[in-house]
Amino acid sequence: MSEIVVRAPQGHIEVKNFSLSYDSIEGPVEAVTETQIHVKPGEFVSIVGPSGCGKSTLLNAVAGFLKPTTGIVTVDGEKVNGPSAERGMVFQQYSLFPWKTVRENVEFGLKMRGMPRSQRERAARTLLGLAGLEAFEKHYPEKLSGGMKQRVGIVRALATGPKVLLLDEPFGALDAQTRVIMQQILTNMWQRLKISVLFVTHDIDEAIFLSDRVYCMTARPGSIKAEIPIPLERPRQQSMMMSSEFLALRRGLMSLIREESLKAMGGEITDLGMQGLNIELHGASLADVI
Amino acid sequence: MSSPALVRHPEDGMPAPAIAEPGPAPAVITPPTTPPSFGAHALRWYRLNRAGLRAIAIGVISLLAFLLVWHLLTTFRVVFFVRFTNVPSPLAVYASFTKAIHDPKFLLHVLLSCRRIFFGFSLAAIVAVPLGLIMGRFKLIHEIIFPVAEVLRPIPAIAWVPMAIMLWPTNEQSIVYITFLGSFFPILVNTLHGMSLVDPVLVRAAQCLGARERSIFREVYFPASLPHIFTGLTVGMGVAWVSLIAAEMISGQYGIGYFTWEAYSLVQYADIALGMIAIGVLGLGSSMLIRGAGQLVMPWRTR
Ligand SMILES: Nc1ncnc2c1ncn2[C@@H]1O[C@H](COP(=O)(O)OP(=O)(O)O)[C@@H](O)[C@H]1O
Ligand SMILES: [Mg+2]
Repeated sequence: MSEIVVRAPQGHIEVKNFSLSYDSIEGPVEAVTETQIHVKPGEFVSIVGPSGCGKSTLLNAVAGFLKPTTGIVTVDGEKVNGPSAERGMVFQQYSLFPWKTVRENVEFGLKMRGMPRSQRERAARTLLGLAGLEAFEKHYPEKLSGGMKQRVGIVRALATGPKVLLLDEPFGALDAQTRVIMQQILTNMWQRLKISVLFVTHDIDEAIFLSDRVYCMTARPGSIKAEIPIPLERPRQQSMMMSSEFLALRRGLMSLIREESLKAMGGEITDLGMQGLNIELHGASLADVI
Repeated sequence: MSSPALVRHPEDGMPAPAIAEPGPAPAVITPPTTPPSFGAHALRWYRLNRAGLRAIAIGVISLLAFLLVWHLLTTFRVVFFVRFTNVPSPLAVYASFTKAIHDPKFLLHVLLSCRRIFFGFSLAAIVAVPLGLIMGRFKLIHEIIFPVAEVLRPIPAIAWVPMAIMLWPTNEQSIVYITFLGSFFPILVNTLHGMSLVDPVLVRAAQCLGARERSIFREVYFPASLPHIFTGLTVGMGVAWVSLIAAEMISGQYGIGYFTWEAYSLVQYADIALGMIAIGVLGLGSSMLIRGAGQLVMPWRTR
């Protein structure tokens, strides 16, 4: 039995007519409204948007932690009703179990599935080897650097062979150099496992560099402002971030986000915001417009 | 080679700066191909443990100073607001100690106190920890039990003595019950506190790795609360001794608390201090046991 399940691409995420309100004393707070997104099997999709626009809310609903107020979330046609090992999740705060060693953390999902100890030990070692972490299998997470912790977090989420991987600003707490390395590692694993990825970030470069497609959200209540295909070829190199194609995408996304950030900060939609006005077409490819 | 500098003052608060200077330094850096000499090894050990050695040295000195002050106060029978006229000197206490350790009756007192602590405290831990975990997890149980616990908690265990004597058929049982009560609430409260601080993101992480309710309880809530549970056990052990000694003084026939009180009635002043010291040492020993158990159970917290 092979330890890492490589299978035909699956993990088709569909979010339809989605909205979600939180209850508060002043009444319901609409966090996300009128949202449609989808991730095709094996696709890498990012969501960017100003902070507080509802990116985490949307992702948590896909994970099954939150119930949509209206609309539906499905994966491969099945309605999402709660968290499950089919949808792996990586958190910004790493969220490793401090009382488990690196290997025990990675084994956790397999243990929950009832895999015998020796088998899951072997599986965890293989996975840790792929992430260059075999030397640290007996360490407790506290002793690791942020980058290593997040590698463990990713490996742990992938160990059970989920259909989709959900990441909520996973590299937000890392320094710039480590982040670049982590992006490479994530890309490698994604390509090897042919898994669908939904990636939340506020870093535009990161979104463009990693993704097949980027959704840009509006300020709260969040909805999809634009959907931008990223036609950059793969494998992607660090040097591509200097290419005119990349920079054009970056400029377009930048102005979209700036507009929304200004709105989120309470107005001042003057000339700065106007610059991006002509590309505010939902669904239109930004590259076409520019 | 470096040994003279080493031996000179192992308990010197401020080691001569010469030690850290060029002389021995190359020996420390030598690559592992040549086995390090004993001197280099000892020097390195000394450097790593310098702060610890210093603390031990100062601790020993301050204890000796304490004994000296005690000795002087009692030999000169100082009366200055407090009266040291009848207070036994350290030497007298030592003499009664050497006598007591050969006295089966004294050992019986100690043993019985330890047994009461063992039963009272163990029962408290066995009941309070699971109760706290369950209360922390299930709201309804919390809502039912918490008000009762809050009403009973402020009552000091000593105030339970008359009631305990009425409740329990034997003296022994009522003393164990008092000890149980003393440690019960600190353990319960700290376990509850630990449960309330469990990081919800860790619960989510477990859920999307396929963990169900029971596994989440065992794999997340319980280990996450362990540090606070052990805080509760440590505090509970302290209160257990307080309650035990009070109960023994009031209603005991045996036990180290009774021994101390009896010594006062029998005008054996050295035994009073001996009893007090014995209580202190037993309390210290039992809390060290708990700390050791904590380190065994929570290897991720040892640094
Ligand atoms: N539990 C909650 N109760 C009320 N409002 C919330 C809650 N969680 C988030 N919000 C609000 O919903 C909005 C979206 O939050 P979030 O999805 O975390 O944004 P993002 O991840 O894009 O920064 C924010 O404005 C936030 O204040
Ligand atoms: Mg967020």
